[in-house]
Amino acid sequence: MSLMLEGIHRSVGGEMFLEDINLTFERGEFNVLLGLTEAGKTTLMRIMAGLEPPNSGRVVEDGTDVTRTPVRKRSVGMVYQQFINYPSLSVYDNIASPLKLAGLSKTEIDQRVRTEAERLGIDHLIDRLPSELSGGQQQRCAMARALVREAKLVLLDEPLVNLDYKLREGLRSELRNLFADRDTVVVYATTEPEEALILGGKTTVLHEGRVIQHGITAECYRHPANTTVTQVFADPPMNLMPVEVVDGHLLVEGLLRAPLPAHMRDLAPGHYTLGIRPHHLFVHAADGLIPLHGQVEVAEIAGSVTYIHVEVNGRDWVIEERGVHAVHPGEQFDLYLDPARAYAFDSADQLAAAPMTQSE
Amino acid sequence: MDKREYQWAWLMVLPVVLIVAFSAIMPLMTVVNYSVQDIFGPGSRFFVGTEWFKEVLRDPALHGALIRQIIFSAAVLVIQIPLGIALALCMPKKGPWVSVALVLLALPLLVPWNVVGTIWQVFARPDVGLAGVAINSLGFDYNYTGDPIDAWFTVLVMDVWHWTSLVILLCYAGLQAIPDAFYQAARIDGASRWAVFRYIELPKLKGVLLIAILLRFIFSFRIYAEPFVLTGGGPGNSTTFLSQSLTTMAVGQFDLGPAAAFSLIYFLIILLFSYVFYLTILNMDREG
Repeated sequence: MSLMLEGIHRSVGGEMFLEDINLTFERGEFNVLLGLTEAGKTTLMRIMAGLEPPNSGRVVEDGTDVTRTPVRKRSVGMVYQQFINYPSLSVYDNIASPLKLAGLSKTEIDQRVRTEAERLGIDHLIDRLPSELSGGQQQRCAMARALVREAKLVLLDEPLVNLDYKLREGLRSELRNLFADRDTVVVYATTEPEEALILGGKTTVLHEGRVIQHGITAECYRHPANTTVTQVFADPPMNLMPVEVVDGHLLVEGLLRAPLPAHMRDLAPGHYTLGIRPHHLFVHAADGLIPLHGQVEVAEIAGSVTYIHVEVNGRDWVIEERGVHAVHPGEQFDLYLDPARAYAFDSADQLAAAPMTQSE
Repeated sequence: MDKREYQWAWLMVLPVVLIVAFSAIMPLMTVVNYSVQDIFGPGSRFFVGTEWFKEVLRDPALHGALIRQIIFSAAVLVIQIPLGIALALCMPKKGPWVSVALVLLALPLLVPWNVVGTIWQVFARPDVGLAGVAINSLGFDYNYTGDPIDAWFTVLVMDVWHWTSLVILLCYAGLQAIPDAFYQAARIDGASRWAVFRYIELPKLKGVLLIAILLRFIFSFRIYAEPFVLTGGGPGNSTTFLSQSLTTMAVGQFDLGPAAAFSLIYFLIILLFSYVFYLTILNMDREG
């Protein structure tokens, strides 16, 4: 099974939700749909499921055009942000409901429901009502309901958002295994870059209704196509600074002048945007680092790391530094940039140079 | 928590206790007081024990009123609850018509109860009322002042007109609170419209329906002004309900002892029914 989206457009009342979406999802793949809220993730999923038609474009399933096929004639399972279960039915009946509607035999329903419940670790709760379960268990029940029918397409729309931190980690680590041996196209929407990286597979970065990058997740992270990807697919987002390349040097008036690092040697002179991840900025000097100067805005101490927000040459930058650092707002601050880890985007906002990929 | 904190808590609750005592418990105790005495005038009273209660419970007129009252409340619930749910499902979900519909629905609830009676008294008159004349011109012999069935019909229609809005508004609020994802999930499952109602909307409405049923039961069981204005309890006593019998006894005949005993029984009946409803619905919820 493959699912192909061709030139999908969707607008409602003059407001553009999706523009020219062309994507192919293969079976057995784990596809992450990454984007900020309002990026069009949910709309795209609704179109894939057949809950909503696109204004133009086609949805092709295994070579068959299903754009106008209503959802009940498709083979789709969907999991939502909210925990969606039939409130008056037991966990067992909830999981069984799509199978009953599909008209399967009692023994087969029973067997499949029990297998699915076991895989999701809720087999001991099978007689309970959804309201008697914890949030995590309710979402497991909803997932079992979406998976039990062995649908060709399974859509997960930010399913972990409403769970607390611990439960989220637990369920997330199970997710890949749950889908590992299924003959299914899986699409998982999220706003969190970390989630995409942990889940792996392929990532599609959506921004304001457009696909701005699509590819293997780690590749997208290592080679962000443009500066928008660096803001969406990184948390905290990559630090950016307009620079000039003049006779073999990086130049920012009044801030820095340094020889080009090895991976930027081939850049033609001109204007670029320099990108550097927060964990490639340092608070201590070392060999090969470029010193910069800024002013502290705020520091967030998050246990093992400290996020220091610094204003550098009029730009808000974040430094991610191991350990706890006491800095004070307003303080003048020296920071050090690792040029070997810097990105460069050209004046058309396309990736021009990325660091060598040895260790990220 | 130590003892001193408990004492503080009592002190903080005291104002509420005092207000409730003055507004509810003391008047109720006066009624209890009346119900066990025969009072002829100031300084002339005799303790009669449970005599009034026995008399009231044996009174055939009151038996009749109680049976009519139960039939009336049952009819109100049987008609208004399903009708309210059905109309709530037909309401627009969004758009400019929502506020129009809400205002129209709220109108009957804003009319004072005795005015509702007056409106229908005129509206249903067979000689000059719009509805009365219309029904008669269709060939039905309709006269709510002369025919008990016509009188019952009119009282019920009037109550439906007056109170179904409340059920609709409660159900509508309940329906609006169901996230759209539930409907989508049902569509993906391939569930029918009936299944969506039976397995999503109805269970999600359980809470508001409990409130709707309780309110409609209590209000209808205490109904007084509307039928009093419309039919005066007649023809005969065919539309005389409990509260009207009570008023006649207490104010009309000034039988304060029996009236007090009667009101206590009345109160207990409402309390008992409400509690039974409450338990039943709570149980339904548990069993699903």
